[in-house]
Amino acid sequence: MTEIALPQHHEHEHPRGITRWLFTTNHKDIGTLYLLFAVSMLFIGGSFAMVVRAELFQPGLQFVNPHFFNQMTTMHALVMIFGAVMPAFVGLANWMIPMMIGAPDMALPRLNNWSFWLLPFAFTLLLSTLFMPGGAPAGGWTMYPPLVLQTGMAFPFLIFAVHLMGISSVMGAINVITTVFNMRAPGMSYTKLPLFVWTWVITAFLLIAAMPVLAGAVTMLLTDKYFGTSFFNAAGGGDPVMFQHVFWFFGHPEVYIMILPAFGIVSQIVPTFARKPLFGYTSMIYAVASIAFLSFIVWAHHMFTVGMPLAGELFFMYSTVLIAVPTGVKVFNWIATMWRGSMTFETPMLWALCFIILFSIGGFSGLMLGLAPADFQYQDTYFVVAHFHYVLVTGAVFAIIAGVYFWLPKWTGRMYDERLGKLHFWLSAISVNLLFFPQHFLGLAGMPRRIPDYAVQYAEWNMLSSIGAFIFGASQLIFVYVVIRAMSGHGEQATDQVWEGAHGLEWTLSSPPPYHSFNEPPKVP
Amino acid sequence: MGTKLPGKTRQSAAALLCALAAGTASAGYALNLTEGVTSISREAYRLHMLALWVCVVIAIVVFGAMAWSIYHHRKSRGAVAASFHDNTRVEIVWTILPFLVLVGLAIPATTALIAMHDTSNADLTIKITGQQWSWRYDYLKEDIGFVSNLDEKSAAAAKLGSGVDPRSVEHYLLNVDKPLVVPVGKKVRFLLNASDVIHSWWLPDLGFKKDAIPGFVNEIWARIEKPGIYRGQCTELCGVGHGFMPIVLIAMNEPDYQAWLTAQREAVAKAKAGVDRVWTKEELLAKGEEVYAKTCAACHLPGGEGIPGAFKALKGSTIVKGPVADHIDRVMNGKPGTAMPSFAAQLDDADIAAVITHERNAWGNNMGDLVQPAQIKAARK
Ligand code: HEM
Ligand SMILES: [Cu+2]
Repeated sequence: MTEIALPQHHEHEHPRGITRWLFTTNHKDIGTLYLLFAVSMLFIGGSFAMVVRAELFQPGLQFVNPHFFNQMTTMHALVMIFGAVMPAFVGLANWMIPMMIGAPDMALPRLNNWSFWLLPFAFTLLLSTLFMPGGAPAGGWTMYPPLVLQTGMAFPFLIFAVHLMGISSVMGAINVITTVFNMRAPGMSYTKLPLFVWTWVITAFLLIAAMPVLAGAVTMLLTDKYFGTSFFNAAGGGDPVMFQHVFWFFGHPEVYIMILPAFGIVSQIVPTFARKPLFGYTSMIYAVASIAFLSFIVWAHHMFTVGMPLAGELFFMYSTVLIAVPTGVKVFNWIATMWRGSMTFETPMLWALCFIILFSIGGFSGLMLGLAPADFQYQDTYFVVAHFHYVLVTGAVFAIIAGVYFWLPKWTGRMYDERLGKLHFWLSAISVNLLFFPQHFLGLAGMPRRIPDYAVQYAEWNMLSSIGAFIFGASQLIFVYVVIRAMSGHGEQATDQVWEGAHGLEWTLSSPPPYHSFNEPPKVP
Repeated sequence: MGTKLPGKTRQSAAALLCALAAGTASAGYALNLTEGVTSISREAYRLHMLALWVCVVIAIVVFGAMAWSIYHHRKSRGAVAASFHDNTRVEIVWTILPFLVLVGLAIPATTALIAMHDTSNADLTIKITGQQWSWRYDYLKEDIGFVSNLDEKSAAAAKLGSGVDPRSVEHYLLNVDKPLVVPVGKKVRFLLNASDVIHSWWLPDLGFKKDAIPGFVNEIWARIEKPGIYRGQCTELCGVGHGFMPIVLIAMNEPDYQAWLTAQREAVAKAKAGVDRVWTKEELLAKGEEVYAKTCAACHLPGGEGIPGAFKALKGSTIVKGPVADHIDRVMNGKPGTAMPSFAAQLDDADIAAVITHERNAWGNNMGDLVQPAQIKAARK
């Protein structure tokens, strides 16, 4: 068959049916798979959160015992971080990076197929622990020993699942870097790369540096549990605090892995709807790069209370608050982009603007947390829960949703329903604040995090927070409906440029774009 | 340094924040950090308020600029987009200004941090041990020590489906059977460690929390200014009992404190006498049931049925229905690598004897045997 020998660059050649999805090496198919996987994990992890919020609706234990409650908080975090936010960003990278840099596909398509298909296996392992005797891991997503070593049968499944997720992320990162370094269209110099591409390249380096550290840490846990080592066991000469250092050396870059691509998305959207070029392109790149660098030297601010020497606490305090500088630069640049623009407020822009405001609020609480003497009061309270949900939900997740609305017409060739998009936005924006803002007060007033029941003075805010959670959760069903409608070919036909102010190679392709983005290298404007 | 904000400004800030969240400001709501009763808690509070106000001001400026451009630079109002896309001078200014603000925050934070680390010249030292799930307090030099558990009313109300309204329990989840007692005005040094997993000891009114870590000793200090009852909780996830590990500290004037010390010493002597005599079956069973409810039921559940896969059932268990020596060993030394801790340090001989007797006779185990405190004493050797 001569056809097989032909280069695979013909649109009509791709397989159909289930094998198309199983064996696909196409960046768009894989992007779609990642995004669908992420949204299903969003709902699974979300339903765990609903169990938590239902139990916390009132003081007293109503629905679940403390053991199951701890399983829910642990699984919620693991599923949201590794199953929803990270895969969603990888999905967006797969779809958009080749189209933005003028490449036909990702550089390592077979690897791409693998990095995706590891995830369903990893999460099958992880979620199956819910049905085991003893239940799922319940020691927190941070997996601190010695507590995590008390996990029953679920323990090896947890470790193996984390390994698989890590391998998947590192392979994805390698793919992004090779693609951007090698596959750019002629004339697409580094200073012309769209910001989304830039932020993803920097994120990919963070992933490659951070994930192996996590793998090392959990492997040491494994040998402590089953092979008699004492890495983290004080009785055997080990050090439980060492685990925290190693974990957060991964964990802090990890939280930036979950926000840098969001910066990129917002930097694409705001100029489009302000009809004005991004303000401070170069300083944006420097800001992202310095945030990435700083993220490796601030890890111990997650563990101010373990009892470090004064010099250590001072160092981690200074380096932590320093992150506020590049973060500020980014926010100022976005606002300068809007300044004297000609703005319109379609759904993606609404999400992006809301991101800027609410992410900044998360940054403010981050600054407060960075001041060690105050953090001794905040640490491990609901104030921290409020902080990281402002940066992760109204930050990372809002940016992802903004990106999906922004690019959906390009992907499907159909305009989504603008009315429903706005409804989805307003319901989410209001309920998410009802959900997380009161948690600042709870934490300040003394409510610890990760507790299944609380003293009665915390009842009012908890009830409000739970109500916010239920509305926020339900609102996301609108999102699913809107996306399914566009995917199934309903809605107005989208133009190639889609948005009046859109610029860049991806908008020169048809909507939906051809199966292989650029068979001929495009001319870079 | 510190902000000299008048109380009224502070209150209106709190009210403003409250209104932002819910539109209703009510005095009963839990809202802000406590000012506390030590120099440290006060410094933490001032730093917190300073940082909060800095953030509020920045937020007003930034979001104000954003609101302005959203309103005025809209396409629907006929705004035409300008084409500028950088301005080095502005970018340098808004890099340097925030940096200066940070320096302004870092200075008071540094002085506070230095003060917190000074544990020298303490008047008395108390060792705190976190254990699943209670706190043990040992007064070094005074030869007294005791375990502080969640109070029984809270414990009973907190059970799933207890039918008790938490609002009817005074200080629900924030009350203990035996509070920590310290004198006011004295520099108290606390040494923290843990016997099983990591816990964290937090009294907001004292201005800090610090982790209690197995194999480590952490130090903190406090000089409490006002007599009173101060409440807090464990703040490091430490297993199923994490939410049920309150901390209660009573600060007393010196004479009251001395009287309390004397009473404690007498109680210790009395407990010693109790351990040395032979107990009746009824005494052992009654005491055993009490100890079980307080110490064991969190995991093994009130009916001894356990949680399959996580916590062993005691009803019909091979250890409970096996040789007494093994049963004693398991309770005293725990089972390493599982959630079953060692109770040798947590419970006294009578408690251990009683709870073992209870387990061997409850829930249809019907072993019919008794364990006396003397057997436990012998096993300790
Ligand atoms: C101005 C920027 C930021 C600063 C100064 C900052 C500072 C901090 C500090 C000091 C803590 C430790 C709090 C404690 O446990 O006492 C913390 C926790 C956390 N931060 Fe941030 N943060 C910033 C931005 C972000 C971003 C962008 C993300 C992620 C998108 C993030 C995610 C988290 C998470 C997940 C935790 C909680 C981790 C845990 O204990 O489980 N933060 N942050
Ligand atoms: Cu604890």
